Amino acid sequence: MGKLFAVIVILIAIGSAIPIVMHTWHQPVDISKDGHLIDEQLSDTMVEAGVSFLAAQFVLAFFVFRYADRKDPGKIKSFPGGAKVMVAAAVILVGTEVFALGIMGTRAWSGQYFTPPGQDALTIQSQAGQFAFYFRYPGPDGKLGPQHPDKIDEGAQNFFGLDPANDVDSRDDIVTAELGIPVDKEIRLLMHSKDVGHSFYVRELRVQQDYVPGLDLMVHFTAKTPGRYEIVCTQLCGLGHYNMKAYLNVMSQSDFDAWLKQKASEQ
Amino acid sequence: MRSKNKYLAGLAVLAATALASSMAFAGTISGKVTVDGPTPKQKVIDMSKEPACAKDYPATAPPTTETAVVGPGNTLADVVVYISAGANDEGTVPSQSVTLEQKGCRYIKHVTALHVNQDMQIKNDDPTSHNIHPLAKTNREWNKSQPPGTPPLDAKFDQPEFIPVKCNIHPWMHGYFVVLKTNHFGVTDTDGAFSLKDLPPGKYTVTAWQETFGSSSQDVTIGGANETKSINFVFKGKAY
Repeated sequence: MGKLFAVIVILIAIGSAIPIVMHTWHQPVDISKDGHLIDEQLSDTMVEAGVSFLAAQFVLAFFVFRYADRKDPGKIKSFPGGAKVMVAAAVILVGTEVFALGIMGTRAWSGQYFTPPGQDALTIQSQAGQFAFYFRYPGPDGKLGPQHPDKIDEGAQNFFGLDPANDVDSRDDIVTAELGIPVDKEIRLLMHSKDVGHSFYVRELRVQQDYVPGLDLMVHFTAKTPGRYEIVCTQLCGLGHYNMKAYLNVMSQSDFDAWLKQKASEQ
Repeated sequence: MRSKNKYLAGLAVLAATALASSMAFAGTISGKVTVDGPTPKQKVIDMSKEPACAKDYPATAPPTTETAVVGPGNTLADVVVYISAGANDEGTVPSQSVTLEQKGCRYIKHVTALHVNQDMQIKNDDPTSHNIHPLAKTNREWNKSQPPGTPPLDAKFDQPEFIPVKCNIHPWMHGYFVVLKTNHFGVTDTDGAFSLKDLPPGKYTVTAWQETFGSSSQDVTIGGANETKSINFVFKGKAY
């Protein structure tokens, strides 16, 4: 019976590894210039965790197989050196693994968080609020007008609290419900929340960043494939969370210019 | 027997009064509401996040905001014109209910006027959930979710108030409930016309209210029983 259990453990371990090794489930298409770094990190993590998982299952199966039918109820041998050595060994082993993942991931992480976007990156502001995303483009003057929370009037589509009557910089700002961007152009996305915590997630961009109330955050990315992709909120934010989404529209530069002109005429 | 007669007599008096109030007084105040000067540009509403509603609008006629809807000849829609002083019908709650529809992720109508304590039926005709939230200050504030296919919600407001209403799920959905203590009111359409009927002779203050341009009042005297007075309201425009 014990030997059968050992065999089943081996079969389950190998069976669960097969779909992953065979790539039965594909990653969604990657449209970002730096998305491959995230994919490589995911794949490194999967290899490391997968090898550890299989090794642990094999060791377990070996011991079950070897000692399942033991007739002699004598004293079981303890780990060489006792419990302290075992805990120290486990900490070193797991610590090394986590540290190695961290080292391998620095390129993806620092590329996003420690490297500022290039000088010619296009600045767009995004605001998350219950339960929609809105985006603001600085317009021809290149300046985003100041925000006045008391001027927010959603019935008049003034989601950002702009005061064009008094702020000259606000007059040419373009507010949209869709994030239109040109292809192959770096985007500097300024992020803030109007109310609670939200998250900006576009799986095809391999970008996921929380909006934290009170913090002005920034992500930067470059999309390399035109298309329409879903932006979803991945931070539970209230009763309408399930319905909180917007679209990322990646266009050629000329399409983008026409799109922005159209949006500007709707302001 | 005696008391029954008395009771019947009382009923007869009541009926006669009701008849008199509905038939004898045919004074009317009517006119138009216009705006003079620039008006805020009505912005296109992008409903792409709610495809169930976005499909209701053709690309050539996208939905727009309704903070200042101006008709031909600068007439102004969604203006509530009502008797703010002098009316004789305070406290008469109409038995019929008013209906507010949520259709295409908009409030129809954008401005709904009703009497204090009058019943309001709120319907959801969309294949998506709404959460209706009257931002009341004098009345009790509440918000209620209304999934698609659910029966209409009943609402009542026991104090006169101009209440902004929003949907907690669709940020662009916005409207007003105007709760009045008179039955003599009208909400203008794009032709800007209003007509307050069945007024007994007397002195009245007529007020026109619009969400962007504020309110304005005029005094009117109805002399005879069938007199029709014509007054116009002209709001001063503003661009923002």
